[in-house]
Amino acid sequence: MKRTAIIVILVALIAAAQLGSAQEPAPRVVEISAKRFEFNPKQVTLKRGEKVTLRLVSTDRAHGLLVKPLGVDLDADDGKPGEITITPDTAGTFPAICDHYCGSGHGNMKMTIVVE
Amino acid sequence: MKKEFDRRAFMRVSAMSIGAGALLQFSPLATTARGSTMSRLFRRQNGEGTSPFSIVQLSDTHVGFQGPPDPLGTKAFERAVDVVNALDQQPDLILFTGDLTHDSDDPAEHAKRFAAFRSISGRLRVKKRMHVPGEHDAALDGGVLFRENFGETHYSFDHRGVHFVALDNVSHGKPIVGAEQLAWLKQDLARFPKTAPIVVFTHRPLFDLKPEWEWFTSDGDTVMNVLAPYESVTVLYGHIHRPHHTLIGNAQHHAARSLIFAFPDPSTREKKPLPFNSDQPFKNLGIRTISGSSATQAFAAGINDVELSIREISGSEGVMQMLREGESL
Repeated sequence: MKRTAIIVILVALIAAAQLGSAQEPAPRVVEISAKRFEFNPKQVTLKRGEKVTLRLVSTDRAHGLLVKPLGVDLDADDGKPGEITITPDTAGTFPAICDHYCGSGHGNMKMTIVVE
Repeated sequence: MKKEFDRRAFMRVSAMSIGAGALLQFSPLATTARGSTMSRLFRRQNGEGTSPFSIVQLSDTHVGFQGPPDPLGTKAFERAVDVVNALDQQPDLILFTGDLTHDSDDPAEHAKRFAAFRSISGRLRVKKRMHVPGEHDAALDGGVLFRENFGETHYSFDHRGVHFVALDNVSHGKPIVGAEQLAWLKQDLARFPKTAPIVVFTHRPLFDLKPEWEWFTSDGDTVMNVLAPYESVTVLYGHIHRPHHTLIGNAQHHAARSLIFAFPDPSTREKKPLPFNSDQPFKNLGIRTISGSSATQAFAAGINDVELSIREISGSEGVMQMLREGESL
């Protein structure tokens, strides 16, 4: 009897967990492409409170994507994307830079993330 | 606690018409109790005691750079060498804080730039010259060319009672020191008492000066936590192409001017090199001296910043005189 009760509880817990995960929508994925010395797109707009996955994809060599105020510090190499899921809670316009030195035009490799 | 230095209180701008970089004078105060302790320690460990001395910091020579912000190429660097050589009292050593060369996608061309740097720096009368890499030297090849020319990218040494630590925060490609070097730093410092005067020289700032301009080191806080127990820490760095002075806890952080072109004040919106001015070709490229002593620190510090200048010739005419045959602005 006791054993049956434990099994029932476990099944109920697993079902509840599956139900919970099924109800939570997958975060929107925003892909950012990087190549020497530019990002594409140059601007990304996010919504405050929205869970979103930023995916950095490099098409040539190692690059970074750094937005300190949003806690974004991604690395990507050719064939090895990097990603992070964030829920921005502050509206604003945030400059984003490549922080993996990639050559003489590296200083101009930047984009903007807008949270509205 | 972080605060900007009061420049008037902290610095005395010399009227001397001398060159570029930074002349630092260290007075370990062998006459004080602390100085005596340090003197005994270093004599026992290294066979040398403490005594006053001076050093020069030169930074961001970017040999090989071609572009509108500095059409004069290596002229400021060459002028700096002449000026340092002309100092009545020659410094004990010279610290180069990175971006010795400007990178090239062609490794052979980059190697030539390292050779050109060594050719110019080799004219310095001071033979004890220590280097750390900047991202333009070491980020694309992980420091291979730098090591071929100057040895390891991080190391330490003692000089007359001061412990010098060279830190590499560029050759991983990212602005980071890294776990391996941090472990080495802890081990390196372990033999010193908390009163030991320590000078760290590196390329990028070890604090968040302006991350969106890449003026930071991602694990700089961790580095400074390792250094925090030490009472007398001075960090000398380059990268930002302008003087900057900050006190965080017990540590002084000093950025040196460059020898190629200047960046604007970090309070400005855009990071664009300040435009070349042919009437004042070395404007914003200059010398800093650190001198003096403090009763409360084992060595220390009054810093003088002086712009590099052309002594005998001036204005556009002076610039034209500096150009070699066939060169033009």
